[in-house]
Amino acid sequence: MIQDFLFQAFAAGAILGAVIMVTRRNPVSAVIFLVGVFFATSGMFLMLDAHYIAAINVILYGGAIMVLFLFVLMLLNLGHADWRDLRGPMGGLIGGSISIAFLGVLTRLFVGGTDARPMVEVAGSALREAAAEQGVVGVVARPLFTEYTIVLEVTGVLLLVSMVGTILLARRERTVGERERT
Amino acid sequence: MNPVTGGAFVLATVGKVMIFFTMLMLAVMLATIFERKVCGFMQDRSGPNRVGPWGLLQVIADGLKNLLKEETMPEQAVRPFFLLAPVLAIVPATILFAVIPFASPLPTQWGLVEMIVADVPIGFLYVLAIGSIGVYGVAMGGWASGSKYSLLGGLRGSAQMVSYEVALALSLVPLILLTGDVRAPEIVSMQQTFTAGPATYSTWFVFPLLVGLFFFFVSGLAETNRLPFDMPEAEAELITGYHTEYSAMKFSMFMIGEFAHVITVAALVTVFFLGGWDIPFWQGDNIRVLSDGTVIGEPTWWKTLLTLGAFGVKTSLLVLVFVWIRWTLPRFRYDQLMDLGWKFMLEAVTVYILVIAFVILGIEAVGIPAGGWYAFVLFLVNLGLAGALFFAMDRGTLIRGGAKGAKSAGGDAAGQGG
Repeated sequence: MIQDFLFQAFAAGAILGAVIMVTRRNPVSAVIFLVGVFFATSGMFLMLDAHYIAAINVILYGGAIMVLFLFVLMLLNLGHADWRDLRGPMGGLIGGSISIAFLGVLTRLFVGGTDARPMVEVAGSALREAAAEQGVVGVVARPLFTEYTIVLEVTGVLLLVSMVGTILLARRERTVGERERT
Repeated sequence: MNPVTGGAFVLATVGKVMIFFTMLMLAVMLATIFERKVCGFMQDRSGPNRVGPWGLLQVIADGLKNLLKEETMPEQAVRPFFLLAPVLAIVPATILFAVIPFASPLPTQWGLVEMIVADVPIGFLYVLAIGSIGVYGVAMGGWASGSKYSLLGGLRGSAQMVSYEVALALSLVPLILLTGDVRAPEIVSMQQTFTAGPATYSTWFVFPLLVGLFFFFVSGLAETNRLPFDMPEAEAELITGYHTEYSAMKFSMFMIGEFAHVITVAALVTVFFLGGWDIPFWQGDNIRVLSDGTVIGEPTWWKTLLTLGAFGVKTSLLVLVFVWIRWTLPRFRYDQLMDLGWKFMLEAVTVYILVIAFVILGIEAVGIPAGGWYAFVLFLVNLGLAGALFFAMDRGTLIRGGAKGAKSAGGDAAGQGG
């Protein structure tokens, strides 16, 4: 009962935060509202008994990635820029049509499609049972390190490749004159 | 006796929140006066000694002053974020305390009340999650003030906190390897001796995870922006960094947040490595609540008080260490700080996790059951690792600007030294 109510509240908060986020002109405000959206999403995960996912969502997205965004925005001093990016008739048309298509999908799910709630309840009770047995971290960790080890390792290599690539791109080629100076 | 449920649980939780919040705020007040007194002692001066006996009422005087002072609003500031930043600094620091067990469970006529506000199943992952939010207060305070010094402080602060968060999180991995659980009450029980129930290690984790404690403490220093890591508010360069433009109670909120953070880190070190509320060399306080609700040991109200005292003593001693370090070590230079974080701590912690994992694998292959001997083998390994680590760190080669820097600076440094 109270869980349902809190879930609805978090969901409403997430939608509201997302709408405010995309309508901000100041990038720093947008980042702050996006952090709010992540928090609301974590709250929703909590209400679905997915404690571990909720924590990881806040640690990675709320605490690390968004701080990086904020950091870059502050460093580049984009704080007071309010240029028009996707405005104008063409931008509005593209953005509007994507939104309408997305809304249509959601409406179809809600009205004519399958009701997702029984599925959520089944998954939730399965999760609760597994969590009572192995702990909330074990539920995620066990399959990750037994069934999906290869996938995990491959993802790790993928991330490593992208990291090496970033370093390569960011590395400044030093000219001869510069090397002499340092 | 079973743990409380239903309405009694809700009431007990509300009561705990109110009592522990008051306790934390009192502890913050005492910590400020404690720090100033210790600073005075270490610098051979009296410290605050005018208001009340031994200057103890100085905190109240400061609080009143901050409440009555005029709040300034810089012209360049971004108003909503400028107002939000102190809140973001103080809230994570205080709600972190919710997952720290303070004392042994208290028996009441409605059932057993565990002395922890929220025994969340994700345990210290909650600490990492909320701890990572603390950086927004610093970053936003710096940016929204509209001042160069504040912005520099905020930038330094966010870069530093993000960097050391990685080492902080990784330094807790050996703890998971050892305990197999992330819940704080379970970690405390693991450090006690029980004759029944799942196996425990009967020793504080400071012994089997000595090096882990070192990494956790250093990252904790960096996370709380305390010296020698106080680059975000280096007063010689940045006035006071990210809170330069703040006055009166908003400034006070940043300070309360910082001290609450210090106390929280001290309390976390106590729980993870110093046995939590466990009283050493006494088995009477070994009380454990298993996940199915069965209670091992005999909880009484005076044990709760005694263990609360033990927890307080351990935490206060760690806060003393924080202050002690403040006047012992000089501040890092910014590049040294980043080098230490990314080029040393991260690798060292990763190697440490690997070593501990292999040692645990070896111990289990040999067939030593979890308990005192298990911990003893790990302790020996840690002694060796700690010796190697401190030897390597002391060579002055890891932190640039030590012996190497002085040599390259040549006669300049020598002249200043004379």
